[in-house]
Formats: sequence, structure tokens, C-alpha cells
Amino acid sequence: MPEIRVTPLGAGQDVGRSCILVSIGGKNVMLDCGMHMGFNDDRRFPDFSYITRNGRLTDFLDCVIISHFHLDHCGALPYFSEMVGYDGPIYMTHPTQAICPILLEDYRKIAVDKKGEANFFTSQMIKDCMKKVVAVHLHQTVQVDDELEIKAYYAGHVLGAAMFQIKVGSESVVYTGDYNMTPDRHLGAAWIDKCRPNLLITESTYATTIRDSKRCRERDFLKKVHETVERGGKVLIPVFALGRAQELCILLETFWERVNLKAPIYFSTGLTEKANHYYKLFITWTNQKIRKTFVQRNMFEFKHIKAFDRAFADNPGPMVVFATPGMLHAGQSLQIFRKWAGNEKNMVIMPGYCVQGTVGHKILSGQRKLEMEGRQVLEVKMQVEYMSFSAHADAKGIMQLVGQAEPESVLLVHGEAKKMEFLKQKIEQEFRLLPSAKKPRLLHGTLIMKDSSFQLVSSEQALKELGLAEHQLRFTCRVHLHDSRKEQETAARVYSHLKSVLKDHCVQHLPDGSVTVESILIQAAAHSEDPGTKVLLVSWTYQDEELGSYLTSLLKKGLPQAPS
Amino acid sequence: MKLYCLSGHPTLPCNVLKFKSTTIMLDCGLDMTSTLNFLPLPLVQSPRLSNLPGWSLKDGNAFLDKELKECSGHVFVDSVPEFCLPETELIDLSTVDVILISNYHCMMALPYITEHTGFTGTVYATEPTVQIGRLLMEELVNFIERVPKAQSASLWKNKDIQRLLPSPLKDAVEVSTWRRCYTMQEVNSALSKIQLVGYSQKIELFGAVQVTPLSSGYALGSSNWIIQSHYEKVSYVSGSSLLTTHPQHLTAAVDTVHQSLVELPSGLGFWSKLVVVVFLFLFYLIFCRIIGRKRCLLSLPSSSFSQPMDQASLKNSDVLVLTGLTQIPTANPDGMVGEFCSNLALTVRNGGNVLVPCYPSGVIYDLLECLYQYIDSAGLSNIPFYFISPVANSSLEFSQIFAEWLCHNKQTKVYLPEPPFPHAELIQTNKLRHYPSIHGDFSNDFRQPCVVFTGHPSLRFGDVVHFMELWGKSSLNTVIFTEPDFSYLEALAPYQPLAMKCIYCPIDTRLNFIQVSKLLKEVQPLHVVCPEQYTQPPPAQSHRMDLMIDCQPPAMSYRRAEVLALPFKRLFEKIEIMPELADSLVPMEIKPGISLATVSAVLHTKDNKHVLQPPPRPAPPTSGKKRKRASEDIPDCKVLKPLLSGSIPVEQFVQTLEKHGFSDVKVEDTAKGHIVLLQEAETLIQIEEDSTHIICDNDEMLRVRLRDLVLKFLQKF
Repeated sequence: MPEIRVTPLGAGQDVGRSCILVSIGGKNVMLDCGMHMGFNDDRRFPDFSYITRNGRLTDFLDCVIISHFHLDHCGALPYFSEMVGYDGPIYMTHPTQAICPILLEDYRKIAVDKKGEANFFTSQMIKDCMKKVVAVHLHQTVQVDDELEIKAYYAGHVLGAAMFQIKVGSESVVYTGDYNMTPDRHLGAAWIDKCRPNLLITESTYATTIRDSKRCRERDFLKKVHETVERGGKVLIPVFALGRAQELCILLETFWERVNLKAPIYFSTGLTEKANHYYKLFITWTNQKIRKTFVQRNMFEFKHIKAFDRAFADNPGPMVVFATPGMLHAGQSLQIFRKWAGNEKNMVIMPGYCVQGTVGHKILSGQRKLEMEGRQVLEVKMQVEYMSFSAHADAKGIMQLVGQAEPESVLLVHGEAKKMEFLKQKIEQEFRLLPSAKKPRLLHGTLIMKDSSFQLVSSEQALKELGLAEHQLRFTCRVHLHDSRKEQETAARVYSHLKSVLKDHCVQHLPDGSVTVESILIQAAAHSEDPGTKVLLVSWTYQDEELGSYLTSLLKKGLPQAPS
Repeated sequence: MKLYCLSGHPTLPCNVLKFKSTTIMLDCGLDMTSTLNFLPLPLVQSPRLSNLPGWSLKDGNAFLDKELKECSGHVFVDSVPEFCLPETELIDLSTVDVILISNYHCMMALPYITEHTGFTGTVYATEPTVQIGRLLMEELVNFIERVPKAQSASLWKNKDIQRLLPSPLKDAVEVSTWRRCYTMQEVNSALSKIQLVGYSQKIELFGAVQVTPLSSGYALGSSNWIIQSHYEKVSYVSGSSLLTTHPQHLTAAVDTVHQSLVELPSGLGFWSKLVVVVFLFLFYLIFCRIIGRKRCLLSLPSSSFSQPMDQASLKNSDVLVLTGLTQIPTANPDGMVGEFCSNLALTVRNGGNVLVPCYPSGVIYDLLECLYQYIDSAGLSNIPFYFISPVANSSLEFSQIFAEWLCHNKQTKVYLPEPPFPHAELIQTNKLRHYPSIHGDFSNDFRQPCVVFTGHPSLRFGDVVHFMELWGKSSLNTVIFTEPDFSYLEALAPYQPLAMKCIYCPIDTRLNFIQVSKLLKEVQPLHVVCPEQYTQPPPAQSHRMDLMIDCQPPAMSYRRAEVLALPFKRLFEKIEIMPELADSLVPMEIKPGISLATVSAVLHTKDNKHVLQPPPRPAPPTSGKKRKRASEDIPDCKVLKPLLSGSIPVEQFVQTLEKHGFSDVKVEDTAKGHIVLLQEAETLIQIEEDSTHIICDNDEMLRVRLRDLVLKFLQKF
């Protein structure tokens, strides 16, 4: 039986630091190479020393695949390739290849320039690392080597997010990365064909949630923002520069236009414009509606949303600010949060998942007094709202994907252990092994093995190809019957008897008086001494051994008395 | 394995391949040259066209004068233009499982096939192919629907009448099957049946056949296809370009030098001019060397922006179907680009207008990129460039979003992020303006002299008709033909007599015959199949034996409505052997390096995938039950016994018999072998080289004993 070995180096029963090692058909593939937002020490990167004790990673790994540009899936890549040392191919989609280095550089700046960390990867390392990247198209079957092939499917989680099928011979694994099964305002839904992998490795961030309809969530979000702005409060929405931000911008932009609101909306980083430009150029990766209308109106050109300046945070009056990063763990979003946290009129909306250890996670779990750097205590009076806008599949979506791909087995990762347990039961309940449909057939032949080629041919063909002659082994049995009638009549009686017994066989009475059953020949002859006895000659070849043997024993029992 | 050839047009193919259990249509080209027989559809009332005299037979019979009009000795049908469809009767098109599209020019007949033949399958194409194909169809429908024509001529199609008509109407084929243009509704419905694919994607058809699109280097998203099972492979090459290997630097260089000469101040004498020219030429050569393989000024053929052609994957084909070669085998596309630019500049400088009849996508991107680099140096910055098409805006926008389908140079631009094509900048700086039609904004902005890009290249419909009528009378103006699909003389026929200059610079970057022979040498297919036009030199250049496909064995040619039996037989299928079964096999070495193992197994077949599993163990005898019914004892004749081989050495056989207790063995020699007699048992065994015959009484015990003794000397297969 095929053996597939999966070792999660991160995000096994946890979110963050996604990194999964898969050994399949003698090939080793690393899926994602992420960092953990919740840690600032060694634990933030996967433990690559596990992969191989001594010896180079390049020799051990056949390829690395990155599913999308979020840092918890690609944040450790320059460290892995340039500092630990890996020179093999790294596969990702075109948008991921375009956007990934920008986010890595951003991350590096925060870590090195703001936090002053030493021994971190450099800008040059990011560049060198990206040189090892091979971009793949959706659905393109990429031949990594003669045996290993990979194929990307649309995942809909962020721009350029992909699921990957890894295939060696007839064995295959599908790794979903993060995905979303419901189309949103700017991305489409994940899709995979019935590829029947041996194993499906799926994320399970929302393993227990069945989310209410998207429309409701959007209405809820808009209502909250609207109310806060109406009463003169400020709304902070921590986001990542690419992804959810664009969807919420589209949402607010259309709402502002419809309700004719005047309160300013800001987007905090210089990345925005660039980010929107990426969306424009990679518009084929967005959803149907945007792709259809982009010629008339590009959804990523916003009228109401302007660039944010640090000074604006102290402006009086209502405003909405999108600020990075999304989990309030550093950077501008954290700065603004500190400024606004004391006022109960204000509101922070967390539109996505927050990793344990981040400020975002703390306030979401109800903590209202936060210990900040320098032993400062920050009291949070502003309203804290959580809106699940993360484009992850919920339980229903995960089940849907399992149904689409029809895997032999499912492995849950990228989620919490308890929730996984629940989903595991659901999947086991719903999907049972299907019995194979068609009636099998018995087959006999000869396998010719020549060098590394194997040919299964009929035995006749095998003899012919090897220049051997067939040796025919034939048997003729004499069966004595008491019958004083003429030979022809005996033959006729034998015929009608056999015909009635052997319903599934081809029994024939030939003009020369002989009877055949399939290729077995039966002839009746007179006995040389006893005129009351007839001799039946039953003749068959070795290939008809069973039937021949059966016929002689049947005839030995005599013929039924014919009605005269 | 058969190929049904539904189109006779070599660059607009439509073939159906029957391969294993699948029926695959390869492309769906629409032959639009039929429209050349029709009068142009003017956008605004044209007195000239409406006053053309009706045509009458030689004997003066004028019953056709409502349908046929005469212009400068040519006869045209005065009716809504009609197209020549692929053959629909040769094969039941409702049985087609899939349609594979290779590029956007080769899908224009799709609505006719998918909407009117009972087709229920899937169409596969790349995303750029679908999007740009949609634009081409949208433009076509728009061109024809916006000038409704009351009259629809059909009398002339009558076979008896058609015979009497002058050529080329007389010789037009299958006029009865010509059809009017489809509607937008049909286009949308047809396009909804397309499934998008990516290059190198392996698409399984019923598990029996795998199809894969490969980059063909010709246009955005253009592809060749591989159709293969485990042991057979058909390659379908349609519209490919290899232009990267083209010797283009020198032509471009000469052209630039030529241009520079024009630009030189007139005060210089001849010798100083020559010195400057030589200097420029040398400089250019050095320049070319420095930039190496990169493209030079003025030579930017299509293939410079699409991904390079994937040739390696075409290797080891049993059959290679070759269509869509260049229609202008004698012209060098790079030279044509240079000529285009210089003629354009010349006309505009003299105060004339330039008309470029073109499709809304494809070569126009090249021309615009070329002009982008050329207009400033040629002093054309103040000349307005207009691009008029109902899909002009969409086409320009779409070209920018297919970065993944572009060549590496253009792809990297997107990472910056910047638009991959420079026409974005031409639009931003207002040098290039685009309009849906001549009506509306265009009439306010229109300034002359100018350059107009507009369709349709056949000059029978679209905004181009208006400009032909408007500018045709002045010799200052120039019409430059760049699209190779229509003969420019025929296109111009209904506009004669014409004063404007006509320049023919067809740009066709598809494979020429030199490239084809190089390609065939490299991929070495066992057989080549191509349209009959490619197996002989073009009629106009019958001495050019180099303008045809030359390969061994000679290419099999097809013509419209022909069915070809492809010359290979399927012999093998792939079967997977389960490890348990493989374990139980006992190979024996028959010859050095060749081993055999007999296999008795159960064959499971699902989705055309075959798996061999160990045979079921015989059911244990059901004890305790009463006698089974007799019929259950009857052995199944499907249980096969192995074949035997070898021969029986008589002496050893006799010894063995004796060892097993047969005491009265007697051997007689015969002509072919021996007879072994067991007198007591009244048994006789004939032994020959290749056969053994045991003749005995009905004593099963004895027979089985003898059988097993014989089998010991034989090998089983």
C-alpha cells in the first residue's frame, strides 16, 4: 500500500507558522514556510533542523510550495532559504510571487528597524530568496522532476491564494492552504475537481462555525460603523494591507456613496495604492463580477478612501481608519489603538482571526487592561467588535471541499485541537467509502518483463514474441453407454441431454453427427464387440480441462430415458 | 482513429478527431472570406454604393439586378454578408464530446456549432482566448447588427443560377450552407460552455484520453494541444510562432538607417550623408550586439509578448496535425513592421490620413508598441491616433491584465507594478484615443491628418467602410493592410476606382516553411497530417518548391469534407497491478534479460482505469448442506488454463511412468514422433514435437495421473 508521511513543523493543531513536510512516493515536499505572529523568539519560525539532522536541505527536499502571501504561510521563507540554506525550487502563483516580497520587506522593517532585532534576514536575502521562485499558473501541471508533479487550484482566500495537488505516480496529496468556499466582494470561491487524492490536508480555522450569510455580516458591520460615526466616534479597523482590506474598502466605498456620508475614510499605509494596482493587474484572480465590470469601472479605484497621515489620528470628529497590521501586534494599527482605546465613543473592529499572544487576541478574549511595553497599563474603554470576515472556509465549506475532491482520507491542520475533533466526527459521519461499481472480470495472461518495461499479453502472444511453439495437450476419453440404437440416434440423445443440462454453454449438433460443447468434441461410435453398447469419444484440450472432466463424469452416469 | 475534416481553410481549421472512445473537435474556425462577395455595409448612407448598377446576364436578362450589383467590373451580392460554416453533415456534431480551441481567431464558428447541432459537450480554452474571442465576436455582431439591411438575397444561390454568374461568385463553394452572423445571445450561450484551462494542464476526458494545451507563441493565450493516451499521442499544432529565432536585427537596422537618411539635414552633401549612414549602420550593428537577443526598435512581432512556443512537449508524437501556418510565407514580419511605420510617417508628413483596417486585438498591440517607440523620433507626436471599435476600450484594458500569459519581460513589469503594454501611456498622454464608433464623441474630437485603426479587415462592414468612402478619393491618403486574412485587392474591389494609396504590409508571425521543417526535425513525429494547401507550392508561386511541407514519410493531406484514417493502431492499455498480486507472481527467466510470469487476476475497470487484483479464493466447500444443484457444479468455461510449451523427451517420460508404477509401457515410433502404450490400462499416448494426445478409457484417476506427469515436462504460460 502507498505510504504517505506527513509531519507538520507548524500549524498542526494551531494557527500560525504553517509548515508541513510531506513524503510521498520517495519525494519530500515542504508545504508553506510561515512565521508565528505570537512569538518573538525562536518559536516564531518552524524548526527546520528537524527536516534533516546533517546534510543539506536542498538534497533532502524536492521542492517547496507556498500557498499564499500571508506571513503565517511565507514569513520564514528568506530565513529558510538564505540563512538555513535551501537552493531548490520554490513554487507559488504569480500574484503571490509579486506581493510576497513586499510583505516580507514590511515584516523585516518592523522587526529590525522598529524592534531592533539583530540576526534577522536582510532585504538582499529576500531578493535572493525570490530568485529561487518558480511561478505557476492555475491548473498548470508542473513537472518538478520526472516523477513529481504539482498543480494549483483556485483557493479564493486572498489574491493569488492556491491549493496544491502533489502527485507521484498514482499517489497524490492535496494541500488546501487557506481557502474560502463562498465568493466575496472581490474574490471567487475555491474550486477543485474530483481528483480523488489519497490524502486531503485541509485547514480548519473555522471548524465548528457555520457562519450566517455574508449579507447579514456585511449589514452588521456597516451598521456598527455607521452608528459609531454618527455619534462622533472613531472606528479603527486593523487589517493586512492586502486581502480583507480591499473587500472592506469596496464595502464602505459603496455604502458611503449610497448613504452620502461625509466622515473621512483613511487607509494607513503607503502600500495601498500599490496594493490596489496589483489587484488591477491581477484582476483575473478576482471574482466573476469584478472581472466582468472592470473595463467600465475598476472596483479598486476608491473615491472616498484617502491616504492616512499620522497626524490625522488626533483630528477631532468621526473617521474610519484602516491600519496595518491586522492583529494589533505592532506598527501603525497598534499606535492608533493606543491613542483611541481610552474613549468609549470609539470602536475597534477586528475583521479577522487573531493569533494567541497578540493584542488583538487579548482584547477579543475580553481583556480590558493591557500591559504594554515599559510596564505601561492601557485601559481599553473603546468598544471591541469581532467580525469574522476572514476568508476561511467554515465547517460547511470544508465538508463541501471534501465532497468535491473525494479524498481517501482527510488530515485537519491549521486550527484548534478541540474544534478539529468535532469536525473529524462530522466528516467521518458524512463520508463513507463507496463500493466499486462494475463487475470484475477474471483475466489470464503472461507478463513479459524486459529491462524496465512490463507488458501483459495473452499467452499466445507471449509465445509468439518469444519464438516458442505451443505444445498442445489433448485428451480423448472413451465413455461406454448402453444403447442399442444407431450411433446417430445416440448422438442426438447426447445432444438433447447436454443441451438441457448445460444451459450457459454453447452446445451444437454438427451435420457429421458429432456434438460439440464449446470446443469439446463428442463422437458416438459402435462398440466393436457389443452391439448394445455405444462408445462416446470425448476429446478436449488441456485448456478445457475442467469442462472436459465434468462432461465425462456426466456422461458416465448415462442418458435419461428418452420418451419413445 | 479517424480525422474528419470540416473546414478547407488552412488557417481557420475545424477538424474532428475520433480517438479511443472520445470525439474531439479541434478548433472551430469560421471562413469569413465569403463576405468578400458582398457589398460593404455603409454606416451612413452612401450614394455611390446605393447607385451601383444592377447586374444582368449577357443576354440582357436583368432578373438578378436587385440582388447583384456591379462595381468596376466586379459583381457583388447586395445583402447582409454571410459566412462559410464548417461542414455540419460529415459527422453528427451532437456526438462531439469536447472542443479544443487553440486561439481566438479559431473559435469564431463556435456559436454555430454549440447552439445549432445538439452539442452537449464542453469547450476548453485559455482565459485570454475566451476573453479576446468574446471581443472579436462582440465586434462582429455589433458591426452587422447596427446597420440593419432590409434585403436578403437568396435567388443567386440557386445552383442553376449560380452557374451563370461571373467568377468568383460562380466558383464559391457550398453557398447554400452560408449563414448570417449569430446574435449576441448565441455568443453568450456558446461562451458559457467553455471551461478555462492553463498551459500544461492535464485534462482527463473520461479517464480514457488526456488533453493538454501548450503555449504556441502566436497570440495571447494561444495554444497547441496534445491528445494522448498512455501509449498513443496526437499533437495538434495550430497557429504557432517561433519568432525569437528569427534573424531580425539586420532588417530592422537597415530600416532605421533608411529612416535616418530621411531625417538628415538637407544641407549635407552626398558624401557626408554616406559617411553618416555608414556610421549609423556600424553603430546600429554594435547596438544590436550589445542588446543581444532583445528586440530592436521597429521589430516587435506578436510573439514578443506572448509566452514562447513549447516545442519539447510535442516530441514522440504518433501523428502531428499541422495547421495555421503563415499565410504570407514570403514576407518577413519584421520588415513589414518597418515598412508600416515608414509609410505611415510619409503619408502623415505629407498631410494625408492613414487608415489601418485591423482586428481589435492581436497585431494592433504590436503596432501600437512600435509606434510608441517610433512617433517621437519620427516627429509624429502631434498626430492623433484613433482606435475605433465597439470593443476598443475593452481590448486595451484586457491586454493589460493577462500578465501571466505574457513573455518574461512583460511579466516582470507587473511585479513593479506597471502595466505590461506601453499603450497605457499612449492613452494617458492622449496620443492614442479610442472610441466605440465614429458616432458620438469621435465626431467632436476628429482632427486630420490622423491615423485610424479600425475594423473590419475585410472592408465589408464596420467603421472602416466609412473611412474608405471618406478618404478613398484623395491620393494624399493611404490605407495600410496589416492583417493577412483577406486578399487586399479583393477587399478593395467594391471601392474602385480608388485614388488613395494602398500599401500591403501583411504581418503574419505564424510559422513559415523553413521553421516548420526545423520544427519537424526537432520533434520528429511518425506522421504529419496537414491541409492539402501545404503539400504543394502556392498557386501563384508554383516554382517555389521551398514553400511546402517537406518531410518523411510525406505528409498526409486533407481537404474539406474528407475523412482520414490515421495510420496507427492502438495496442496497449495501462494496467495497474496491486502490490498483493505482484507479490504472488513468479517470474522465470526465459532468455537473458527477459522474464515471464503467468498472471491470473481479476480486472477491475472504473473510469477507464484498469487495476489487476488477486483472484478471489475459491469459496470453502459448504459442508452440512444437502447436495448442491447439479448446475452449480458445471465449471465456468471462462476460467482459463495456461498455454503449454516445450516438448516431451520420450525416454525420460517412459522412465517417469515406470517410476510411477506403470509396468507394461511400450513405445512405438511413428513418422512424427512416438506412441506410448499402456496395455493394461488400454491407454495410448501420442507424443509429437508440439503436441501430446492421451487416449484412454473413462478412468478419471488414471487420466489425471497421466496428465500431471505430462505437465511436469512442459512450461506453462
